[in-house]
Order: sequence, then C-alpha cells, then structure tokens
Amino acid sequence: MSVLVFAETQNNKIKKSSFEPIGYGRKLADLMGVECQAIIVGTAENASDAGLYGAQSVIHVNHGASVNFDCINYSKIICSVAKEKGAKVIVFSHSSSGKGLAAYVATKLSAGIVSGVNSLPTVEGQVLKVSKSVFSGKASANFSIDSEIKVITLAGNTIKPDSGGTPATIEQMEIVLDAPKMNVLSTKRQEGTVPLPEAELVVSAGRGMKDPANWNIIEDLAKTIGATTACSRPVADTGWRPHHEHVGQTGVAIRPNLYIAIGISGAIQHLAGVNNSKTIVVINKDPEAPFFKAADYGVLGDLFDVVPRLTEALKKLES
Amino acid sequence: MKLLVCISKTPDTTAKISFVENNTAFNTDGVQYIMNPYDEWYALVRAIELKEAAGGTVTVINVGPASNDIVIRKALAIGADDAVRIDTDPTSSMDTASQIANYAKDQNFDIIFTGKETIDYNGAEVAGMIAAMLDLPFVSFASKLDQDGDSFKVTRDIEGGIEEIGIQGPFVVSAAKGLAEQRIPNMRGIMMAKRKPMNIIPPVTVENHVTVDDYTLPVEKAGVKMIDPENMDELVRLLKEEAKVI
Ligand SMILES: Cc1cc2nc3c(=O)[nH]c(=O)nc-3n(C[C@H](O)[C@H](O)[C@H](O)COP(=O)(O)OP(=O)(O)OC[C@H]3O[C@@H](n4cnc5c(N)ncnc54)[C@H](O)[C@@H]3O)c2cc1C
Ligand SMILES: Nc1ncnc2c1ncn2[C@@H]1O[C@H](COP(=O)(O)O)[C@@H](O)[C@H]1O
Repeated sequence: MSVLVFAETQNNKIKKSSFEPIGYGRKLADLMGVECQAIIVGTAENASDAGLYGAQSVIHVNHGASVNFDCINYSKIICSVAKEKGAKVIVFSHSSSGKGLAAYVATKLSAGIVSGVNSLPTVEGQVLKVSKSVFSGKASANFSIDSEIKVITLAGNTIKPDSGGTPATIEQMEIVLDAPKMNVLSTKRQEGTVPLPEAELVVSAGRGMKDPANWNIIEDLAKTIGATTACSRPVADTGWRPHHEHVGQTGVAIRPNLYIAIGISGAIQHLAGVNNSKTIVVINKDPEAPFFKAADYGVLGDLFDVVPRLTEALKKLES
Repeated sequence: MKLLVCISKTPDTTAKISFVENNTAFNTDGVQYIMNPYDEWYALVRAIELKEAAGGTVTVINVGPASNDIVIRKALAIGADDAVRIDTDPTSSMDTASQIANYAKDQNFDIIFTGKETIDYNGAEVAGMIAAMLDLPFVSFASKLDQDGDSFKVTRDIEGGIEEIGIQGPFVVSAAKGLAEQRIPNMRGIMMAKRKPMNIIPPVTVENHVTVDDYTLPVEKAGVKMIDPENMDELVRLLKEEAKVI
C-alpha cells in the first residue's frame, strides 16, 4: 500500500515544483503508516532525488519519445501503477497538467477527488480530511473523502520541501500504450524565470505605473530578489505587459511567500488571485487604496521614489 | 458541427460570503449569481463562432435546479441554439460530470466545451472527468482553437508557457482566457431566447465520495503595518526577520 505522488518532469528532470508534493506525500504516508512512492513518466536524470524529498521508492515508466502529454496515456500509466502498488492516495501538483490529469485518473479509479488542497490532511479510519480555499479566498472548505482510493492536487507553497532524505531506489516499469490522440506541434516557454504559479516571490505592478516604459524599475526590483513579475488585468489588456503575467480572478491564481503590489488598487477581482499569498506588501500613493486592508506591510508613497529605494535596500542586504 | 457547452452558475466575486447551520451550508441569502465567466466569455462564445463559420448547432447544458434557468436563458440570448438542464443540485464535480457524460454519450458531439474552472470552487475537475467517462481526449486550458481541415489546432496553457497541439474530434476542451471575446446579449437575442427549446431531463444516480463537512472563515490579517517610505531598510529588515520571506 502506498501514497503515490506524480512527479512532473521538464527538460529531462523532475521539476523543482514537484518536490513539494513528494514531501507532502511522505508526510501523509507516515500518517497512514504506508510507503511514499513517486512516479515519473519519461526521462528524469535526477530521479533518485525524489528520495531526498521523502519518496521511499521511485517508479519510473520510460515511454520513450512516443507519447506526448495526453490524459489518456498518462492516466493509463498512473492507473496501472496505482493498481499494481495498491495506492491509497494519489497526489498531483495543482498545475496546468496536474489538474486535468488528476480528474481523469480519479474518474478511471472511481476515486473521490479534491483539487487545490492547501494544508496537511488528517486521517480518520477510511476517511481523509482535507481543506482548500474557496470563494476567491474568502473562506476555506473542509472536505471528507471516503472512497477506497483518493486523489488530491496540492496547491503550491503549502509546505516547505525538505531535502534531508536519502536517494530513492528506482524501479523500472513497462506499460504498453496506444498511439496518442493529439500531437504537440510546438511549445513555447519563457526561459530563465520561474513560472508565476510556482514562484515563491512575486513583484506585481498595475496601472499606477502610467507607461510600459516605466517597467524597468519593476524588473530591477524583481531581479534583485529573483522574483517573477506579474501585473493587474488592465495592464495586460492594454498590452503593456504579456497576458501570462495577469493575476486575479480571470488570470493566474498564485500563492507565493511574498507578493509585492505596486500601483495596484486592490480590486476584489485582483485580490481573488493573490490573497492567499503568505506576505503581502503594498506600495501605493492613495491611503484609501483597498489593497492596504489586505496587506501585511504598507508603504504610502510615490512608487517612482519608493521602488528604486526598496531595490537599493535589498541590494545592500544581498551584498 | 455539433457542439456542447457546459455552463455553470457561481456567486459573483464581489458577493459577500457567509455560512449558516453552524458553518455547514453556504448562505445564499442576497447573493448575486452570474454565469461562470470562463463558460460565458470564452467557451460559449468560441463555440458560437465555430458554428457561425462552419454551420452546426450549439447546445448548452447545466446540471442544476430550476433557479439556474436564468443563466441558461442568458446563454441562449448570447447565441446558443438549445439548452438542456439536468434537474438536480449536484453534490460533487463527479456528480456534475456523470450527469453531463450520461446525456452526451449517445449524442455524437464533435466538441464538448467547459470553462477552465468555476470561480467559486476552482475545481478544474469536471472537464477531465467527462473526457474520462466518455473515453475522449481532453485538452485543458485552451486559449485558441481553430478548425484546420478535418482536425483542430488548439493552443493551451502549460506551466510557464503555451503549447500548440493538433487533434481530431471528438474531444473535450476547457476554455481559458483568450479563447474568445466576451459578447453582450442584444435585445433580439433576448427575445429569441424565449422561444428556444429547453429540455429538462431527470438525473441519474451517482455514488458520491466527497462531502463538504463545513467551512471556515480566514483568520483576519493582523492589520497592515505601515512603513516610512523614506526607510526601506526597515521594510527589508521586517521581510527578513519578521515575515522570513527573503
Ligand atoms: C469580472 C471581472 C473580472 C476581473 N478580473 C480581474 C483580474 O483577474 N485581475 C485584475 O487585476 N483585475 C481584474 N478585474 C479588474 C479589477 O476590477 C480592477 O479594475 C483592476 O484590478 C484595477 O487595476 P489596477 O489596480 O492596476 O488599476 P487602478 O484601479 O487604476 O489602480 C491604480 C493604483 O495605482 C495607484 N497609483 C497611481 N499612481 C501611483 C504612484 N505614482 N505611486 C503609487 N501608487 C500610484 C493608485 O492610487 C491606484 O490605487 C476584473 C474586473 C471584472 C469586472
Ligand atoms: N453544474 C454544472 N452544470 C454544467 N456544467 C458545469 C457545472 N459545474 C461545472 N460545470 C462545467 O465545468 C467547468 C469546470 O468546473 P469545475 O470543475 O467545477 O471547476 C465549468 O467551467 C463548467 O463549464
């Protein structure tokens, strides 16, 4: 019996963001008194690193280059492994690919599913109790899952991954697959920066910037601490910034450790995507800006003065 | 082309959220409901555009009680041809998906559209479930979908980027931002909607494995700590020593 964690790969490596669900899976496995196993599909040079973060073994299904990411084949792989290993809970990342795949797998296994879980679960006999944020972060819902097999997707930045474990043993498995029903024609990724949904530090700016040419001060600040940049919706809509930076109800929902909001008023639709951030800093010249109510630290002032000063202060810290 | 669009009803983001019966039930009193934006702005409009370009029909489906008819009428006013409502208050995403899959299984839809997620529970579950139940391929978070001969080209959001794929119908797709431009229903659409067919269908029985025990309200923030704009060293110190985030 096991807790099975689906570890996503990119560029032939387990993604950094997949170490967190592995650590979470281990904590859950310990609670249940079962083993924590990671499953990796495709090539991962760092497969044994799954052990450092808590996996007791790794199941490696190397399908070669013949299968694109598609739910049918990936779910077939995960379901076969789950059945063979007697998985009780399967944990996915709450990521673009994790979400859809989790729902597909849960259906095939008649498993109850809760997605976007954001705290450690409790186990009561056959029942798993988990929580997630609902209604744009205005409440948490507490769920019971009572199926034989349970599926959850884990929201990012829920626990701190701890790399104190030992490298895991790797078991190879072969699974026969059908030809995929979709072909990837092209892939475009922003290189060099951590994608927003996975970012721990985010620097975000809004209409208070006045002009896209002013974004150099935002980029300087972000670079100083290795943060990912984000923006409010009107900024993306008017083409000042690319759409993938748009956070909020209709954009990306994030929960970084630090969210610095610069020249953003803090409309409820914006807050809906960011108010699960651990620490929020707001820089705004209007004392009535609603964002201050959602902030941990506020700076009342002109962003064009404050932001460069903050960057300087951070540089001092770095050196 | 025969297209199905799954539409849902959610509280408006600005709605005040509270709970009753010892925090076990959502308080619907005075809550303003809307059609889920991903369903209305992107999934529905793109389906209508495809129909306008290539001919065919757009059916909208909702799993819910009669009080949902108002959002169904809106979908018809925007341009759907007919509607189906499965008459039950779903208990979980699995319930919703089972009802939709059961209806769609012998209807030969070319594409089944859903929204990326509902904005109240952010499940992003229903689409993948329908696909699994019908053994169809599933394309998540599409921001572009075009017909390309007898197949389709779809651009979807992946972690930190986008991916373009080629796929043949039938398939299930969930709609993300960018798939279409929002349409506002006009007077003629609203009048025509009144005469469009709406079929009410009884639900099938679905085993449920997920229940909400109760809700908790978030712990209030301690209140904002204001920092002197001249003293950014102090902010950096607090972020390092108090918040421990840098
Ligand atoms: C259905 C719906 C969905 C939506 N979804 C989203 C969403 O997902 N994400 C989103 O962001 N918005 C969304 N919106 C829009 C949202 O309601 C707000 O309009 C938007 O967030 C405002 O963007 P802003 O804060 O950048 O601009 P503004 O509201 O114009 O605020 C600019 C702020 O900058 C401050 N400022 C100006 N100059 C300076 C200066 N020199 N120094 C310091 N501060 C300065 C001002 O005081 C002000 O607070 C949605 C709206 C609707 C109706
Ligand atoms: N009650 C419902 N009736 C019809 N479609 C629904 C219903 N609930 C959810 N959906 C569809 O499934 C999508 C994703 O919902 P969810 O998985 O709950 O986030 C929505 O955007 C809708 O398209």
